[in-house]
Amino acid sequence: MSAVSSTPAPSPYLHLHGLTKVYASRDGAVRALDQVSLSGDLDDFISIVGPSGCGKSTLMMIAAGLMPPSSGVISVDGKRITAPRTDIGIVFQSPVLLEWRTALGNVMLQAEAKRLDKRSAERRARELLAAVGLAGFEDKYPHELSGGMRQRVSICRALIHDPPQLLMDEPFGALDALTRDQLVVDLQRICHERRMGVLFITHSVPEAVFLSDRVIVMTPRPGRIDRVLDIALPRPRTLAMRDTPQFAHYCREIRDLFLARGVLREH
Amino acid sequence: MSETEPVIATPPHIEDVEASVERRRAARATRTRVSAVLAPTGLVIALLILWEAGTRAFGVPAFLLPPPSAIVGAMAKHAPLLAVATGVTTLEIVLGFALSIAVGIPLALMIFLWPPFARAVLPLLISSQAMPKVAVAPLLLVWFGFGLVPKVLIAFLIAFFPVVINTAVGLAAIEPEKIHLARSMGLGAMDTFLKIRLPDALPAIFAGLKISITLAVVGAVVGEFVGGDAGLGYLLMVANGSMDTQLLFAGIVCLTILGVALYLVVELAERLLIPRHIIARDPTPGGTF
Repeated sequence: MSAVSSTPAPSPYLHLHGLTKVYASRDGAVRALDQVSLSGDLDDFISIVGPSGCGKSTLMMIAAGLMPPSSGVISVDGKRITAPRTDIGIVFQSPVLLEWRTALGNVMLQAEAKRLDKRSAERRARELLAAVGLAGFEDKYPHELSGGMRQRVSICRALIHDPPQLLMDEPFGALDALTRDQLVVDLQRICHERRMGVLFITHSVPEAVFLSDRVIVMTPRPGRIDRVLDIALPRPRTLAMRDTPQFAHYCREIRDLFLARGVLREH
Repeated sequence: MSETEPVIATPPHIEDVEASVERRRAARATRTRVSAVLAPTGLVIALLILWEAGTRAFGVPAFLLPPPSAIVGAMAKHAPLLAVATGVTTLEIVLGFALSIAVGIPLALMIFLWPPFARAVLPLLISSQAMPKVAVAPLLLVWFGFGLVPKVLIAFLIAFFPVVINTAVGLAAIEPEKIHLARSMGLGAMDTFLKIRLPDALPAIFAGLKISITLAVVGAVVGEFVGGDAGLGYLLMVANGSMDTQLLFAGIVCLTILGVALYLVVELAERLLIPRHIIARDPTPGGTF
C-alpha cells in the first residue's frame, strides 16, 4: 500500500514505545515493565509469552488504554492514546459475563455501549454466536453454559462492533486442553475472515506459535522483551502442523530461552 | 443374580435407562417439594396438639398459658380490635421501612462515591448502632409526641443500618474486570452504574432489605411499648396490664403473621427483580442491630 503513496514508510497501526510501569506498594515499588517497545500492523497476530508476573497483563492494560504507563508512549494510527481505546475488543482470562443477562444479552451490551442499531446488532450477535457453535444457546444464562461456551460468548461480545484489533489476556487459560484446541482453531478462522489484528497474551508456548505471526518472549520481572520470533509457518495452520519439525523448532527456541533465563529448570 | 441362570439378558437400551432415571428424578423432586410443605406443617400441628393436651391435662390456668383453642377464640372475639391495631402497626412499619430505603440507599451511594465522606460518616454510623434504640425512644417521644411520627422514626433508626451497609458493600464488591470491560466498551458513567454496578449489587441490597424489614417490626413495637396509644405493641401492653393472657397471645400471633407477611413481600420483590439463580449467591454478611 505504500507503493503508490508518496509519504515515507507508513507508521505501524499500534506502536508502543519505551513503556515502563512501576507500581507503588507497601513493600516498596514493584517494577512491572521496563522499556518495552513493540509495534504491530493492522492484521498482525502478535503473542506475548512469558512467566507469571512478567507484566504481560500490565502490558495489555496499557495497550488497551485502561492504565497509563509510568513512562513511555502508546500510539494508534500515529495518534497518542491517553484514554481507553473503545474501538477495540477485549477478552479477559475469565469471561466477565453479566450473570443476569443471557448469552445474547451479554453480546448486546457492547452494542448498547456503542449505541448501534438494535435490530441489526441483534442479528449480528446471533450470527456471531452461531459462528462459534452457540446457536440455540442465545437465551441461556452464563451459569447454564460451560466454561468454554462462556468464553465464546465473551469473544462474540468483543467482535460485534467489528474492532480493528482484539486484545486477549490469557483467554483460554482456564479451559481444558480439548476446548482450548477448538477455540484456538476458531480464533484463527475468525481473524482470517476479518483481517483483524490481535495482541494475544499467553503462557502457552505452542498456543503462541500456532496462532502468531510474531511471538514476543518476555523476561521475568521486571518484564523486558527478550526475543522477537517471526513465525513463518504457512496459513491456515492445522492442528497436525504442531507435530512438524518446523513447529517443534520454534517451540524449542522459546523453551531454550526460558531455560537460559532460569524460568524453567531441569535439574 | 440367580446361579441357575448363566445367560445374561440383553442390556437395556440407553433410551429406556434415560426414561427410568428421569422418572426417578421427577419422583424425588416431587417428594422433596411435598415434604417441604408437609414436614413443617406437621410439626406445628403436633406442637399445637401437645400444647392443647398439656394445658388441659395439667390444668394450667389460662392467665399463665392459655391453650391454642382459647387463643383462637380470643382472636375471633377481638377480631375488629386486632384488625385496627394491626393496621396501625403495619403503617408504622411500612413507613419506617420506606424511610430506611429513602435515606439508606442515597447514604450508601454517597459513602461509595465519595471516600472522604465515608471516612467521616462510618465511625458515627457504627457507633449509632452500638447505641440501644430503646434508650432513645423516650427522647423521640418528648420531641414528637405520642402520634405516628416517633414510632416510624424508631422503626427507621433500627432498620436503616443494614440497608446502608449492605448497599455500600454490594456496590464496592464488583469484580474489577467488569469495570475495565465497561470502560473499554466506552460505556458512560451513568450506564455503567445502571447496567452493571447496580444490578451486580442487587442481591446484596436485598439481603439488607430482608434484615431491615424484620428490624422495622421490632422498632415499631418498641415505639408503641414506650409511648403508644394504638397498634399491636400498645395492645400487648394493655392486655398485659389487665392480665388478659389470651389477648396477649392473640396480639403476638398477629405480630408474627404480620412480620412473616412483610418479609414475604420483600422476598417477592426480590424474585421479581433478580433472576432466581443469582439470589442463591447472596454473598453479603447480614447487618445486625
